Amino acid sequence: MDMSLLRRVKSTDRPTLRFRLNGAPHSALEGDTVLTAVLAVSNHLRVSEFSGQERAGFCFMGACQDCWMATENGDRFRACSTLLTDGMSLVVPDSGRTL
Amino acid sequence: MSLFASDVAIVGGGLIGSSAALALRRLGFSVVLIERDLCGARASGVNFGGVRRQGRSIGQLHLAMRAHAIWQRLPELIGTDGEYVQSGHLKLARSPQDLAALAEYRERTSDFDLKLEILEGAEFRRRFPMFGEGVAGGSLSPEDGQANPRLVAPAFARAAASAGVIVLERCHLTSMAREERSFLLRAEAGVEIRAQHLINAAGGWGHEVASHFGDHLPLKVGYPTMAVTEPLPAVLGVSLGVEGGGFYARQVARGNLVMGGGFGEATGPGTSRPGRRPMASVAEQAAAILPALRHAQVIRFWSGTEGYTPDKNPVIDFSPTTSGLIHAFGFSGGGFQIAPAVGEVLAELVRDGTSTTPLDSFRINRFNPHPMSEASIL
Amino acid sequence: MSTDRVVVIGAGPAGIRAAETLVRNGIRPVLIDEAARGGGQIYRQPPRAFRRSGKDLYGWEAPKADGVHSALARIMPDIDYHPETLVWNAREGKLDLLRAGRVAEISFDRIIVATGARDRVLPFEGWTMPGVFSLGAAQIALKYQGALLGPRIVFAGTGPLLYLVAYQYAAAGAAVAGVIDSAPFGAQVRALPDLLRQPVTLAKGLFYRAFLHARGIPVWNAALPVEALGSGTVEGLTWSRKGQRQDIACDAVATGFGLCSETQIADLLGCKFEYDDSQRCYLPQVDGAGRSSRAEVYLAGDGSGIGGADLAERAGERAALALLEDIGHSHDNARAVVLDGEIGKLRHFRRGLETAFPAPGFGDFQLNDDLIICRCEEITFGEARRAIAANEISELNRLKALTRIGMGRCQGRSCAPAAAELLAQCSGGGLASAGRLRAQAPIKPVPLAAIGVPPP
Repeated sequence: MDMSLLRRVKSTDRPTLRFRLNGAPHSALEGDTVLTAVLAVSNHLRVSEFSGQERAGFCFMGACQDCWMATENGDRFRACSTLLTDGMSLVVPDSGRTL
Repeated sequence: MSLFASDVAIVGGGLIGSSAALALRRLGFSVVLIERDLCGARASGVNFGGVRRQGRSIGQLHLAMRAHAIWQRLPELIGTDGEYVQSGHLKLARSPQDLAALAEYRERTSDFDLKLEILEGAEFRRRFPMFGEGVAGGSLSPEDGQANPRLVAPAFARAAASAGVIVLERCHLTSMAREERSFLLRAEAGVEIRAQHLINAAGGWGHEVASHFGDHLPLKVGYPTMAVTEPLPAVLGVSLGVEGGGFYARQVARGNLVMGGGFGEATGPGTSRPGRRPMASVAEQAAAILPALRHAQVIRFWSGTEGYTPDKNPVIDFSPTTSGLIHAFGFSGGGFQIAPAVGEVLAELVRDGTSTTPLDSFRINRFNPHPMSEASIL
Repeated sequence: MSTDRVVVIGAGPAGIRAAETLVRNGIRPVLIDEAARGGGQIYRQPPRAFRRSGKDLYGWEAPKADGVHSALARIMPDIDYHPETLVWNAREGKLDLLRAGRVAEISFDRIIVATGARDRVLPFEGWTMPGVFSLGAAQIALKYQGALLGPRIVFAGTGPLLYLVAYQYAAAGAAVAGVIDSAPFGAQVRALPDLLRQPVTLAKGLFYRAFLHARGIPVWNAALPVEALGSGTVEGLTWSRKGQRQDIACDAVATGFGLCSETQIADLLGCKFEYDDSQRCYLPQVDGAGRSSRAEVYLAGDGSGIGGADLAERAGERAALALLEDIGHSHDNARAVVLDGEIGKLRHFRRGLETAFPAPGFGDFQLNDDLIICRCEEITFGEARRAIAANEISELNRLKALTRIGMGRCQGRSCAPAAAELLAQCSGGGLASAGRLRAQAPIKPVPLAAIGVPPP
């Protein structure tokens, strides 16, 4: 099943980057934000701390703060305003988790 | 033109004024509660939310014990638990000297049922593995806790209103006077309030109200700086303080870590902002004490307006110059837990002229053998 | 005098033109911007790995985008440029910055705040589901990332951006399933006299619509989104028009009901605000030249009220001229007069746009009690309504204190317009009496570990 929420249509001949999402290897393109890289292969990038509802970002311009993600070592960043770098290991918590 | 006549008028709709209003009403007094903003919108509603007896002076512990019992029955009193939880309060030691000070405090307060437990070494690490290396141990007060001031303070005012207190919010007083038979307070828009008794519960502005009646009391206004992180996995079960002060923290059920320490700066009459230095100091101490916060994001800083007396004890006493006037302010950053008891005490003072709870530490005459009132100067 | 340190916040059309004007008059400003490359949102540049033409990125606006980008490139040697830098706190004469995970501090004597805008969002059932995005997000995905949300997408909201983005998506090969505009068609007809003052811009708007029509993409006026359908991700959108409901199949919804000014920095700097009826929100007070209520603070561009990019360019230049005048620096007064004239005309056109795309009546939205109003804290309309009734809440900060609405990571950027409308509706007072959420530092999340290191 296609889980992607967006697809690249322009300037798609960019160099390939690799990243991991919850341990699984994926590829992306140089110039992708983390948000683009993740939503090209997944239908969400974080889950609400309270309801466990999946979220996929909302504004893409650093205003709504609904795309905060973490790397495997715990670093936190906003996916819409962070460019993917080669070898990034990203974590999306299981949905349904509540504190 | 609106005229109000009541047994008691209270200036200040913070937690002290609101709890006094509620207590007085329950004793059958008619009460007008006057607040220039919204009840509980200032320090009462934006303080840290620590509900602790540990660390208080002996003089305050009588009040604190009385308040402790009231906190247990908050829902029946004000219709909400205000997110009160007896999470325990842990006061951290960062040196052997700190540990000795904590042990000394336990000795000194052994007449009170605080159940303090001094922990250090392996036992401390086993029970509290979340703390950084600089933490040597601590004193646990297992029945102290925390609550949400944003909810508690307005809820007291709401309960008072439900009980029949006339609550005047956004009411700006233009004059206050003791007349022959009663106090006469005037406010904007033709509001007049007459009352037999007047309680000054104006918090960080309490000294200004007192001065108005010729009682010149020493109060320094400070702006405690606090911060909150984004919601985090559970890391801190207890409410936290440190020996020597300067840092406090708690984690709420939703995961946010609330913390504070240090003072901000005034930006205008009644407004303040968090200071940059305390921001850094709070963040630095938080990261050192709780290494799990190393990736956490701060989402908000804020500050409130609080009045501090020279000995950090409040003034709870009759005015030496003006009959029928009672001052209750200067809680010096420690009013939240004791406020419900202070309300009852104030109601007793109005009814009986005295309280069943010792108030010796809160007398006005402790500041100066000759209270600097205008009456005494003249 | 000219030794004054001047800081410009925001490298969009307003900030870049302001900085350019300062440089032209011999001042070396500091220019701080959150983005890696200048242009703001409207002329946002993709990361360098993309190779796309200006025409491909900005369409008819390519010359203007190029003008703004070139201006920044030209002045680069003469400014202190801080890209990828967040201003997270503003105090008397000082800004706190966050750059590459570290804090820094910068002093200023005068400051031009050009912080731009975000989408004005109004909630509907399912609006927090993956697949529902802001209108701005849809455009950024395409312009900044060369990607399309969807594949099938519906645009729902109002404002000129609605048609522009729908057109851009259609032109890029997306399957645009429909455009749902809350504004009645009659409003757009009524606005024609004002819009005719900028015939070129009007013509573009008409072209977008005609283009959509030619592609068979349905456009419904006087229509509102009701519910994003689907479990987990979007499978369709229920929308309503005159009480009639219809479902439309889609994989994504892009929504926005106009724009909101980003005013947090102006607020922290102590600028006075006043209620603006045409934009249904509080805005910092500003005179025609960009002077705020504070002598050292100037405001320009969409951050001080939505006016669009053309106006922002001129307002940025005009604010810089006002600043130069105020510090006793020589400046081009004749140019100021010309700008005042142009700004006046553009404001007139803006009024036309506001007539053409009025904010929808909040009462027309179906806002069930279980609908989330605050997406950060997940507070529902029901919780808000109960708190408002029980506590007789009539002011936004009180609503925040008692319900957590606006208390999350975004500080109310997503929910404040809806919260203000709800409060006005429930309390019976107007939007003006509902007040506004006070800005608090940090205006966006900042790492605790970074704050703990004192700035150098």
